[in-house]
Amino acid sequence: MALDKPYLDVPGTTIFDADQSHKGYWLNQFCMSLMKAGNREDFLADPRACLDRWPMTEAQKQAVLARDLNRCIAEGGNIYFLAKLGATHGMSFQQMAGSMTGMTEEEYRDMMIAGGRGIEGNRYLGEDGSAQPQRQPQGNAKKPGF
Amino acid sequence: MARITASVYTSHVPAIGAALDLGKTAEPYWKPVFDGYEFGKRWIAADPPDVIFLVYNDHATAFSLDLIPTFAIGTAADYPMSDEGWGPRPVPRVAGHPELAAHIAQSVIQDDFDLTIVNRMEVDHGLTVPLSLMFGQPAAWPCPVIPFAVNVVQYPVPSGRRCFLLGQAIRKAIESYERPLRVQVWGTGGMSHQLQGPRAGLINREWDNRFLDRLVAEPEALAQVPHIEYVREAGSEGIELVMWLIARGAMADVAGGPAPNVLHRFYHVPASNTAVGHLILANG
Repeated sequence: MALDKPYLDVPGTTIFDADQSHKGYWLNQFCMSLMKAGNREDFLADPRACLDRWPMTEAQKQAVLARDLNRCIAEGGNIYFLAKLGATHGMSFQQMAGSMTGMTEEEYRDMMIAGGRGIEGNRYLGEDGSAQPQRQPQGNAKKPGF
Repeated sequence: MARITASVYTSHVPAIGAALDLGKTAEPYWKPVFDGYEFGKRWIAADPPDVIFLVYNDHATAFSLDLIPTFAIGTAADYPMSDEGWGPRPVPRVAGHPELAAHIAQSVIQDDFDLTIVNRMEVDHGLTVPLSLMFGQPAAWPCPVIPFAVNVVQYPVPSGRRCFLLGQAIRKAIESYERPLRVQVWGTGGMSHQLQGPRAGLINREWDNRFLDRLVAEPEALAQVPHIEYVREAGSEGIELVMWLIARGAMADVAGGPAPNVLHRFYHVPASNTAVGHLILANG
């Protein structure tokens, strides 16, 4: 029997379920390795060589090299694991979260100070809130990723 | 006998820990957050518990994808700080309470909750930020802590109903411990927030405040709320709020005692990506 997934109609959201976890196993385990300072230094010195030591897919490696968290999540990454990658690059959680919206760092920070993203129009796919596919990218970030 | 004196609920945003560690608490962005904890700090300093049973979630720190326990109880004597990628937080090591933790594990497992028992574990901001918010920056934490980690990383997380029942089993366990310890149960995480995808930054002030209302007044009904409502209304990471139902389930009124006193309630947006909620309930 297929997994019951009642969450597929939430816009702009990927739920980290067993299928995503299986797909992203090595990507996420690579991220865990960045909890050691020596491994962070190795990665920053030669990212590609470091990634090639892991049995990750080429798409996963390219997403990591592009620092594109939406692509990392599409390839099975989970944000709590990916946070170690962002931290390695000196990013805060707010910078990482904002990087997935197409907003600049300032635009995203200002949205949060103004009360955050509203829920109206962002509950179900097919509505017209800011998180809907037809509304991307949302701001003036020059490129995807952090 | 041991007894549960109070429950404390709070968000555990990592940026709050960083703001404290970097001396930014008086900055205009952070001051309203820390002001919301002034009451709690005074309250707990005046009457500290003997032990804190601290419900939190591990953020891919102690538990990678190799092992994902739904409920894990720490039975160790102490717990070192993890390095989550920014270096370890400069906070004291956390002392455990192996004897009470082992007692709780035995009682709760015999009550049909299949806990994972953990004797070696690093702890992350999910556990240390609540301690920092309530105790500030002491040289040592004032009391032992029993870490209780809940999986909210990989779906499905335990249901609100399961968490609420577990809280009741934890209460029974603590109150059957023969030493006269005064124990607090803390529920942490939330409130509304989403850290991923184009919907990152979601905040739902109205839903959060309704959650706080219902947590106080009708926790059993609140516990029936399904996962999908948390995800849809409070963001993919807002689902951490199920952990508050464990602490709430441990309060006396759920077992037929008097309603708790609401000593403090606080809500603020934002701390980084997150709505901060904080509640203190005391048993009469």
